[in-house]
Parts: sequence; structure tokens; C-alpha cells
Amino acid sequence: MPNSIDSWLAAACADAERRGLPELKPLLEALARSTAALRAADESHRASVRPSSPKEPE
Amino acid sequence: MSAPDLRRIVDIAPLVRSKAISATKLVENCLHEIAVQQPVNAFTTVLEASALEEAREADAQIASGGWRGPLHGVPVAIKDLIDVAGTRTTSGSAVPSVEARTDAPVVTRLREAGAIVIGKTNLHEFAYGTTSEETAFGPVRNPLDLSRSAGGSSGGSAAALAAGMCFGAVGTDTGGSIRIPSAACGTVGLKPTYDELPLTGIVPLSGSFDHVGPMARSVADAILLFQAMQGAEPGGLEPGVGRLTFGIPYRYFCDRVDDDVASALARARTALTEAGHVVVDLEIAHAEWTPDVYLHVMLPEASWYHASLLERHASSYSPGVRLRLEMGRYVKAEDYVRAGHLRAVLRESVNAALADVDALLLPTLPMAAPVLGAQTVPVAGKQEPVRGAMLRLTQLFNVTGHPSIALPAGKGGDGMPRGLQLVGREAATISLLRAALVVERQISGGAGSVGGGTG
Repeated sequence: MPNSIDSWLAAACADAERRGLPELKPLLEALARSTAALRAADESHRASVRPSSPKEPE
Repeated sequence: MSAPDLRRIVDIAPLVRSKAISATKLVENCLHEIAVQQPVNAFTTVLEASALEEAREADAQIASGGWRGPLHGVPVAIKDLIDVAGTRTTSGSAVPSVEARTDAPVVTRLREAGAIVIGKTNLHEFAYGTTSEETAFGPVRNPLDLSRSAGGSSGGSAAALAAGMCFGAVGTDTGGSIRIPSAACGTVGLKPTYDELPLTGIVPLSGSFDHVGPMARSVADAILLFQAMQGAEPGGLEPGVGRLTFGIPYRYFCDRVDDDVASALARARTALTEAGHVVVDLEIAHAEWTPDVYLHVMLPEASWYHASLLERHASSYSPGVRLRLEMGRYVKAEDYVRAGHLRAVLRESVNAALADVDALLLPTLPMAAPVLGAQTVPVAGKQEPVRGAMLRLTQLFNVTGHPSIALPAGKGGDGMPRGLQLVGREAATISLLRAALVVERQISGGAGSVGGGTG
């Protein structure tokens, strides 16, 4: 499965269509928004606890 | 019921013990209420014959000096997601189910304490919803207003209690499914600490969020049921003593609630303060992550259990439940793991919030029970999707596993109940229950209140 949320959503909607479940599309769109929020929260949290990056040697 | 002041187990138990009232009479009264209030649709199965037989046996045991305790001869209802020997565990679904050969351990323990199983209660199909209207048995209706939902997913259990069809009930709670219907119907519901009561013999929704717990018309009754479900002696508890400290997490949990809910919380704060307790404002860090973390754990866990059933019986599911189960198949593994990591952060956030208080105090639902069939519900002047609104204030404590109890806190201007919940420290359910006895005493009995002493 592709990793970017846009490409994941496109693939998921196509798969749902192929399986005869087009009514899943709005739910998948809502899931995509939630996934984007989850990843943003994770990134923000990791940035807040990550130790300072070591400096490049001069 | 002919004696509305005798709706609490703690009030009727001495009468049963002294033979002033018989177990048979209690069961007959409950069966009568089930029959005359059929439009509530609280039950999927009524065990009339076996309940009456068990009641006669209880009466005979009590007559011969064999009173087993305060639950002896007391009719209880079991959510039809939980195994009761000799009945099909339908989960409120048309998906084929099988007859349970044995009771779930929580049912066994209630029976050992002398309780009588009067029937199995209707629910949102497979506990996968908050309104109890997607069910193969027809929607559960709120006994206080039949046009409204009883909440869910344990809607039948709460409705049965509110309608006087049983004295205690068992529900399950994955995102609020004990506490939400308790708030909707004006009853009490306890979600214990995660893994405190056994889930064996209970159809799972989301294994790492699922809890089973008691539902009742008072905190004292919930305590008796909880103790029995633990396999302990149902001896009750004394209220917490001395000055207790409560913390209200206004941000996120009180940002969007209706005026009647805000008033109920304000009244509780005033009453507790006037009684000598301390109420402080506090914050639960990152609470806004909750719906996203919840969704990415719950969806795939639910889909795991149903994967093979969906392949064979897709058309037997309610359309909405089926779609939510299908949706879970698209959650990526890395997002499930990501949610797990954030879940640990949320658990520490709740622990930090509870560090200097005895319990958190917050609303259970942001509004009254919604009208059946509604897709959105008005909350503080804005329309909000029903499912999101109903889960918003309860689901964090499934994510973190902290014990929480829903308490009735009066009625709003629409005549419908409003509820508050208390959240206790990890693995400190008993301390939470002691605090709940204190809070119940302060918030029940006032003008417009429901629950408390009279359910």
C-alpha cells in the first residue's frame, strides 16, 4: 500500500469500488483525515521528546 | 413497580432476607414491566420460565435460613453479547449465532451471589455503535422519551434499569458503551479498570479497549454487583471519608457541551465545595488526540474478529456496522503502531492529571440522548455527528484503561437526564467507588434530579 495519505486514499477507494462497496468512500475520506491528524500528532510528539541532533563535524 | 422507592438493591435486600418480599414477587414485577413497556424493546430474550423457577428456589433457600447475601433473589439483565448458558449470544445481530453452553465467568459469579438472570438485553449490533438502533431486534427506545435513543451500545441494559425491568444489569464498554446509555437513561454505570473483570465468554469488539461492568440505579447497587462480578463477597463499601479533591478538565471535555450539561457540572462543583471538598481546574495534556488514537486501534481490532464472518455473512450485518468493519481493513499497520505509542502518552497524561486529585469530574455526554434516526445532534448550538458527539467524552478512558463511573446529575429543560462521570486512578476502582458514593450523595436529590436513591 502506498504511504502518502493521498495515494493511500486513492488506492483504498479504488479497492472499495472494485469490491462493490462505493459507499465506503466517505468513511475512507474521514479515516484519511484522522490518519493525517494521527501522524501529525506523532510527529509533533516525537519532535518534542527527540534529543538534539548531533552537530556535523566542522 | 408498585413501590417506586424500593428500586435499589440495597433497599430491597433486607426485605428479601426478612421475607417481607419474595424473590418470586420481584421477578414477577420485573416480568410485568417488561411486558407492559414492550415498546422500549430492551430485551432480545426474556427468560421467564427459568427466572421464575430460580426465584422459587431462592425463596425456598431463604426460608430455610440460606440467605446468600444482598443479591440473593435479585433479578438482573445481561447484555446479549455475553454468554448465558442455554441462550444464543446474538450480539444484536442477524449474523448466525450459537447457543452458549456455559455462562461467562461474570454471569457465573452473579449467579453464585444469588442473582437471577431475567433476560438478555438488546444492544447496538456487536456493540459497534452508540445509539442501540442498528440491531436485528429493532431499536432500543429510551423509556423517558420513546422517540429518543437509550444510548449504546448497552442501551437495552440501561433502558431496562430505567424502566424498572430489572434491579441490576451487565454491560460492556469499549468507547463508553456502559457510561453513554447510563447518561442517556439517568442510571449508574461502572467501567472498571482495564482487565479487572474477565472478558471470557464475551464477544469482543476491540480487545485492548473492551471492558465489562455493572449497571445499576445507584452507586451502592453498582458496588454490590461489581464485588460479585469480581468473585468477592458483595458486602458494599463505605463512602470516602474526609476532604476529597476533584479535578475538572475543562479544556476539550467542557468546550462543547449543552447548557444543561454545563449547569449540571456547575451544580456538582458547588455542592461538593459546600460539602467541604475541594474542586480544582486541571488539564489533560494531548486530550485532543483521543479520537484519532481510538479510531486507529479500535477499527482494525474490530475488523480482525469479524474478518471471516464478513466473508461469509456480509449481508447479515446492519449496513452501518458492516461499513465500519470494512473500514478497519484499510488501517495501515504502521498507523496502528503509531496509535499505540500515542496511547501510552495519553495514559501518562491522565496519570499526571490524577496525581494530586482523588478523581476527575467531567460530563459523560455533551448533550441529552439524541432522537432515534438522527445523523447529527445539536451540541452548544452546532450540529455534530451523533457517533462522534456521544463518544467524545468517554473514549479516552478506554484508551488509557482508567476506571470511570457514570452518575445521573439531574434533568435538562427538555426533561431528559444529564450525566457526569468520575475517573479514578489506575487500578484504583475501589477508591473511585468510595468517591462516587460521596458525589452521588451531593448531586442527587436536588430539584430535577434523577437516579441516586430512587433511580
